[in-house]
Amino acid sequence: MAKKQQVRPSALPTWQEASFGNVLPYAGGAKDYKTGDWRTDKPVVDKAKCIKCGMCWLMCPDACIKENDDGTFEANLFYCKGCGICANVCPKDAITMVEEGA
Amino acid sequence: MSRRVPLEGSFAAAEAAKMADVDVVAAYPITPQTHIIERMAEFVNNGELKAAFIPVESEHSAMSACWGASGAGARTFTATASQGFFLMHEVLYFVSGLRLPVVMAVSNRAVGLPANIWGDYSDAMSATYTGWLQVFAANNQEIFDFTLAAFRIAEDPRVLLPFMVHMDGFTLSHVVEAVVLPEQEEVDAFLPPYKHPYVFDTDNPCCYGSVMSPTTYAEVKKAQDIGIRETLPVIKEVWKDFGKRFGRYYNPIDSYKADGAKTLIMVTGGLAETAKVAVDKKRAQGESVGLITLHLWRPFPFEDLYEAVKGAENLVVFDRAPTLGGPTGPIIGEVKAALFGVRNDLKVAGILGAFCGRILEVEEFEEVIDRGNAICKSGRQEMVETVGIRG
Repeated sequence: MAKKQQVRPSALPTWQEASFGNVLPYAGGAKDYKTGDWRTDKPVVDKAKCIKCGMCWLMCPDACIKENDDGTFEANLFYCKGCGICANVCPKDAITMVEEGA
Repeated sequence: MSRRVPLEGSFAAAEAAKMADVDVVAAYPITPQTHIIERMAEFVNNGELKAAFIPVESEHSAMSACWGASGAGARTFTATASQGFFLMHEVLYFVSGLRLPVVMAVSNRAVGLPANIWGDYSDAMSATYTGWLQVFAANNQEIFDFTLAAFRIAEDPRVLLPFMVHMDGFTLSHVVEAVVLPEQEEVDAFLPPYKHPYVFDTDNPCCYGSVMSPTTYAEVKKAQDIGIRETLPVIKEVWKDFGKRFGRYYNPIDSYKADGAKTLIMVTGGLAETAKVAVDKKRAQGESVGLITLHLWRPFPFEDLYEAVKGAENLVVFDRAPTLGGPTGPIIGEVKAALFGVRNDLKVAGILGAFCGRILEVEEFEEVIDRGNAICKSGRQEMVETVGIRG
């Protein structure tokens, strides 16, 4: 009888292929790691209220808030985990946490 | 030309680290630390050793600093004991997971509560599954030899794993014995420079200690397990080369008057010396008794165990760490598991004792052999007895 083949995505390494000492021989791997799907609430910015102070940018623990060309700020939702710190520190209440899928 | 000098066990470990020309020593310098680190600090301070001595604020930080130093390509040494060993525990797994060849001397002590400072293997046994290579020394010469050889083994490109050298707290660490020290040139010829394939390097950045999800963790752990098991031939090869160069040969399990013995007693660490005298007395009385000393604890030397117990009928395993609420002592349990299905004809008895520095005299060791034989004869091998307890 033929040996049953375990179905496995080819991209995943076997134990023989596992990296030595759990070291990945390149930098910046976290760039491709989507943490945005951990989120339950997303930050929504009311640009009319934003005074461009940058407090959200400064306090974001994930460093996922970027400055727009017009000087306002916005979270990169690929990384934003929805912690809500930006909404909390905004002195003008310009950021509202809105439930995903609502 | 070698020198024969009086050294306590702590100084023997420190002397080996000094002769290995370590680059970094990171340690918490206060209780429960031993003279090992005090001596290392002296070597650095008086210029005998050119190394960075980092006196950190806790053992957790000590092992974390060792992690960084070893990863940056420095030959790294530290030491600890008992509660301090426990405080490092989390980081022990990180260092072995990253396959960094840190060498650590541990003077084995009981752990609180009750608060104490005396020797047994309660601390060492907590590290059984940390992924470190581990060896137990039976005298001060072995402390020096195993520590020196540990650097060569740990840093071997086929190994690259951290190494713990265990010594009995107080009865070895604080007792002076004659130790033969080699010349520095002999050590230099034995120990090549350390080179890690993924050394921390800002010009060639890598990702260290990354998160592993359920889809990848098991494969990494299996690779680590196989990696540890595959070090056994390298350990034997290095110990053999050590023997050729320095005249002292070691094996994962060493035997004493074990040939043809019906009953073997298995001992770990310094009490093997006491057991030898007990075996001599028993032999003089005509009893067929021999001793096997377990040196290598990780990787567990399965084949060496099978070879050592060949021909024996009874095996009495002596253990120095309580396993509260469990079936046996930690070494007794592992030896039984290793023999299960392989040597079901061999009767194995477990005896516990010598906790927290309690002295075990030769006569009591004779009692260990007698009681072990009685357990084997009774067929109640699940029984584990403790010697030297009042009441």
